[in-house]
Amino acid sequence: MDPTSKKRKKLVKTIRIDVDKCNGCRACEVICSSFHASPKYSSSNPERSRIRVIREPLRDIYVPVYAGEYTAAECSGRDKYTIDGKAYDECAFCRASCPSRSLFKEPDSGLPLKCDMCESDPPLEEPMCVQWCLNDALVYEEHEVEVEEEEGVEQGELELGLESLVDRHGLQKLMDTIARMKKKG
Amino acid sequence: MRFAETGYNLEVDLSTGNVERVETDPRWTEQHLGGLATSSRILWDRCPPEVEPYSEENLLIFAAGLLVGTPAPGANRTVVTTISPQSLFTAYSMMGGFFAPELKHAGYDKLILRGRSPSLVYLWIHNDKVEIRDAAHLAGKGANETADLIRAELREPKAQVAAIGLAGENRVRFASIEHGRSSASRLGIGGVMGDKRLKAVAVRGTRDLNVARPAEYMELCNWVLKYIGIREQKPVPGVMPILAGLGSPQEMKLIDEEWHTTNFMWGNSRTRRRDFWTKEIEEKWKGTQESVRKRLVSCYNCPMKCGATISVPGVATYMMKCFSKLTYTMAAYSDLDFGFRIAQRATEYGVDAFSAPQVMAYGLELLEHGILGPADFEGMPADNEGRFYWLLDRIVRREGIGDVLADGTYWAAKKFGKAAEDLAHNNIKKHEQLPLKLGMLNPVYFLMYCTGEKSNITQIEGQFPQAPFATMAEREDFVKDWVQVPDEKFKKYLLDWELRGERSNPNYPTVEMSCDIVDWQERMHHIDDALGMCAGLGSFPLKPPYHIHNYPAFIAAAAGLDIDEAGLTTIARRNRTLLRALNVRRGLTRDDERPPDDHWKKRFPDLEQKLLDGYYKFKGWNLRGIPTESTLNGLGLGFVADDLKKRGLAIDDDHPSHGQDSAPADHPKAAS
Repeated sequence: MDPTSKKRKKLVKTIRIDVDKCNGCRACEVICSSFHASPKYSSSNPERSRIRVIREPLRDIYVPVYAGEYTAAECSGRDKYTIDGKAYDECAFCRASCPSRSLFKEPDSGLPLKCDMCESDPPLEEPMCVQWCLNDALVYEEHEVEVEEEEGVEQGELELGLESLVDRHGLQKLMDTIARMKKKG
Repeated sequence: MRFAETGYNLEVDLSTGNVERVETDPRWTEQHLGGLATSSRILWDRCPPEVEPYSEENLLIFAAGLLVGTPAPGANRTVVTTISPQSLFTAYSMMGGFFAPELKHAGYDKLILRGRSPSLVYLWIHNDKVEIRDAAHLAGKGANETADLIRAELREPKAQVAAIGLAGENRVRFASIEHGRSSASRLGIGGVMGDKRLKAVAVRGTRDLNVARPAEYMELCNWVLKYIGIREQKPVPGVMPILAGLGSPQEMKLIDEEWHTTNFMWGNSRTRRRDFWTKEIEEKWKGTQESVRKRLVSCYNCPMKCGATISVPGVATYMMKCFSKLTYTMAAYSDLDFGFRIAQRATEYGVDAFSAPQVMAYGLELLEHGILGPADFEGMPADNEGRFYWLLDRIVRREGIGDVLADGTYWAAKKFGKAAEDLAHNNIKKHEQLPLKLGMLNPVYFLMYCTGEKSNITQIEGQFPQAPFATMAEREDFVKDWVQVPDEKFKKYLLDWELRGERSNPNYPTVEMSCDIVDWQERMHHIDDALGMCAGLGSFPLKPPYHIHNYPAFIAAAAGLDIDEAGLTTIARRNRTLLRALNVRRGLTRDDERPPDDHWKKRFPDLEQKLLDGYYKFKGWNLRGIPTESTLNGLGLGFVADDLKKRGLAIDDDHPSHGQDSAPADHPKAAS
């Protein structure tokens, strides 16, 4: 081990998803959209939720999926799982906000959505989706790991949105627009 | 800005294809809240009593209640309102599931359908975009099958679909509207949808719904979840298993069916089998249920699991809830495996699982009694279960004898004369009831059966225990944390209620107490039905999370309507009275308000008349069961009083002068 490297402790937040316990009520979607509304809890709309239940009752498919990274380009290939005889849709378990599908995008703007584990001040004991899942399909766990000290900060919501706008319109156009807006006051 | 509600209805005329998004009057929300109540108001304004159920003028309204789509757990009900082809009165049948929240997120509190399409169509609502689409290729398809086909052709896996099957298409008078795990089944509303040539409604909504006081509202919603968690750990002791917890009766979860199979009637609500439930049966049925039940499933934003996905080998997977598990089994004197199998076909056809099995058993009685002959049943298989499949197939296609039976027991009997009418013994207001025949008259249930505008007990009862507890210790234990009572007197009613002796049925609860108890139960149902709250968390179970003391806070925080308990009670009373007036205007009389003659073995004609008199008086109605002018005016329903008067309906207050008399025989009938 390199004695000069700096270690720091990092908290890993995990949501354990037990699809067998999901009853498909979508309370997680409701409360997620509500928690992230501005002002907080002022509106609800599952389409804005950062967790979506892939739900096909007659095929007994219930998979809560969290919004993960935004990606400007879709994968070069796609996957399709069959588990216990149940065939899941293309890319079913993927968390990406991706151009190949409408999932995890703001319905009005199309800007990407990403789960932030209900970051708030003061911090919540558990993300809201977990608190609202009385059937324990979603269970929150955290543990510490030692990682190499890294520079940089977590990408915030605003940056995520801007990144997708840059991908769509180009950085120059975005900067021009912001400059123009600034001028207007 | 409107809170909790969208403030818009979607109006579709299927005759002309006209589609309009219409802003609603916020004063109606203040007066009625929403859901069933504002649908009643629309029916009052636009469906005069001359309107026939199967006509272009009849309306079919899908309503989401005021709280639907907000984070309040369980606020997900769709209330479908129309004029019933079976009872000819107002039908309001409700379903859980996911339809109403989606409708609100599409931007509408209600979908109001009128007219009749020239050909079979379905409606596709995607936020502002509304299309009437051809459904010729869906004719004859099952209800679940239709939903799948529509989602596939629209490429909208998240669209919520409400559809009819063959029964609705062929205007069976007990056809249902099916929506995945849920159905709006009672009183033939699926027939009205079929008459409008509307195969299905698909909806997809991606808009926000706002609440007025977010932090306050969230605190209340969080409390509900916490309460549900605690309450689930504390089933009410001393009552039958299905009444111990929350939700609708947990038929999908529970295996123990001793109570239903030995207390409810088999066949055409005919035979009680006290010794039916044996260890052997229990083992067999347990095996059946556990092998076909794939998963317990919930409705939108509710932690309860009242439904289940059912997969019987050899038939398509479907979903079921509540008592439909046993209705086919018991009507056919068969077993649970048969019940699960035939219910799949019946769900695809879209029939009411209370009425259909009784109608089929009734058909076989007509044959047994020689009222119909073998020629009428030509082609029917000889085996018991086969006969039920055969009858079901005939009914939904209206083929041969099925064409008559498709009208339900009441109307079928009319065609065959007195003997057949005697066999159609389990109706209230022309509508098949739970297959239940009991010993001693229960005064509270007597009133609910007679006077419920729903014509269906399961949507009226709740809150107050169905039977007394045997010991004082049990009663004291029950009332200890009974915070839901509107008044302390209800605790005393329960504490004093005995199984036998002076303070037992039929004379206790007394007339006055019975009116109080019925009034409380009705009030809670009317509030739930206006808010779109599932009765399973409000008006139906014992000790529910939502009750008269906390509802005002929910309504205030969600919709910004500041009302107190008294205000909410007045709204519930206004809504209940308006529904009564609708039916009075359609010809409802005191004569209609009677349970089946054989519902209880021990009947008490004098007491029963006193109960009705007392209840009418309590409600501010006259002895004919018609709300009086002063009652209507007091509730801000002066326009109702004017209309009833204009139609020659006596809305005078006859209580002081007539005293104990029952209704005069010459009371005027409505012009219907």
